[in-house]
Amino acid sequence: MEDVIKELKEKFKGKILGWEEKSPKRYYVTISRDDLLEIVEFIFNKQKARFIIESGIDTPHGIEMLYHFSFDKLNKIITFKILLPKNKYEVESISILIPGASWIEREITELLGVEFLHHPDPGRLLLADDWPSGDYPLRQKVKSKK
Amino acid sequence: MKNKTVIPIGPFHPLQEEPEFFELVVEGEKVVDINVHLGYNHRGIEKIAESKTFDQMVFLVERICGICSTSHPIANCNAVEEIAGIEIPERAKYIRSIIGEMERLHSHLLWLGLAGHFIGYNTLWMWAWKYREPILELFEAVTGNRNHYAMMKPGGVLRDIKEEDIAPLLKGLNEVEKKIGMLTKAALDDPVLAARLKGVGVLSKEDAIAYCAVGPTARASGVDIDVRRDEPYAAYGLVDWQVITQEGGDVLAKTVVRLLECFESIKIIGQCLERLRKVRGEIAVKVKEIPPGEGIGHHEAPRGETFHYVRSDGSNTPVRLKVRAPTYVNLPTCKVTVPGESVADATLILASIDPCYCCTERIITINNKTGQRELRGEDLLRLCRKKTERIRRKLEK
Repeated sequence: MEDVIKELKEKFKGKILGWEEKSPKRYYVTISRDDLLEIVEFIFNKQKARFIIESGIDTPHGIEMLYHFSFDKLNKIITFKILLPKNKYEVESISILIPGASWIEREITELLGVEFLHHPDPGRLLLADDWPSGDYPLRQKVKSKK
Repeated sequence: MKNKTVIPIGPFHPLQEEPEFFELVVEGEKVVDINVHLGYNHRGIEKIAESKTFDQMVFLVERICGICSTSHPIANCNAVEEIAGIEIPERAKYIRSIIGEMERLHSHLLWLGLAGHFIGYNTLWMWAWKYREPILELFEAVTGNRNHYAMMKPGGVLRDIKEEDIAPLLKGLNEVEKKIGMLTKAALDDPVLAARLKGVGVLSKEDAIAYCAVGPTARASGVDIDVRRDEPYAAYGLVDWQVITQEGGDVLAKTVVRLLECFESIKIIGQCLERLRKVRGEIAVKVKEIPPGEGIGHHEAPRGETFHYVRSDGSNTPVRLKVRAPTYVNLPTCKVTVPGESVADATLILASIDPCYCCTERIITINNKTGQRELRGEDLLRLCRKKTERIRRKLEK
């Protein structure tokens, strides 16, 4: 059953920018945003991984996007990482492939200011309608009280 | 929008704890589309976590939900322990599973009661909640609290289950098992209930996978996933139990999964309590500091997988906490389960995923033809119950 990992490694040989195995059940794979849809299509539609969730982290180098997929039967979670550089916080939406990703992408747009291109159902999700535009609460410069 | 009516449901309902706002688009009696608006209760917990220490974070995430208040701490501790590479003591593993399963029991009974109430089976409601009460009392005896048990911490658990508590717990659970057995038989053998719930709000296996549903919502559609078995943590890999799945995908299948899961939970707790009599030792290891790194922790909450991602930079506070509660992926399935059904069933289908559901309080029907008329929460419940009554009469003939 290790084939899934092997196949992924072989198929996207030149497209995998970093490969970390933190434990036998946790894989962290760095990829480029240009290859995201192709890899997600492969892992979700073909390899039948379960999409858990995606999230973003504001780091000093830009926003790091994380896409968590689970192979439940293999007891493995693969996390794909994409670093979005500071001047361009945009990435293709995966909601076209995975309907279950629609809400979280809308949430990330609101809370972190990442644009998801070609999102099928964009719009506000969590914040109030009169929330000031350009104010992203999950960015690092917004500090929460101690 | 000719002849289409929009029924807003919500946004506030005092019955359950999480306000949400549903917009039903109907043609006559039939629902043709549904929109969900979130955010009425957004508290920014992920952001607050960035200013808390790792120990404080567990208390913070315990406040995410009042019903599954131990699920988030377990998932969070799993994530933090993964970063630090900590293996918790065996005794702590059993205690974590006991608390986790007792929570599932009371949560499933709570849901069963509410579902009964929605369809006009108030006897079922009263029974389910009556038998849930002893579980809360057991919780109080063991943890000091009926809810928000504050039992988890990175490295183990905060309180031990004492030897003298084991016998009353086993006795209490034995009683509860009998009652749930009676309840299960009464609910599943009832022809009216079966006719009312069968084929309503079917979630196909394909849709469950596409919408990434988890927990009983997914398992009732034949998706065989359960974190407790797939990635054994706490004591789930050390005891004997089964994952319950059904193929129907309708409200009845979801009910069956939850009811049968209760028996598995009792089985797990019983075995864990017996082991506690033999396994001695510490209930927690000392955690000095959390090194830089990232960790994933998940736990099978009563509603499905609760997922936590934590990143640490080596300081005493996390850089980022990402929480994905099960309802976040279960609720969007209403996009496929509600359209095509009648308004009388919408309430029931929305309740069938066991969301932190709310919102039949303020209902307004806007009819394009006749202008505006107001419906209240009671009207929706009345519609839902009327259908049960209709089925009952038909069966009696």
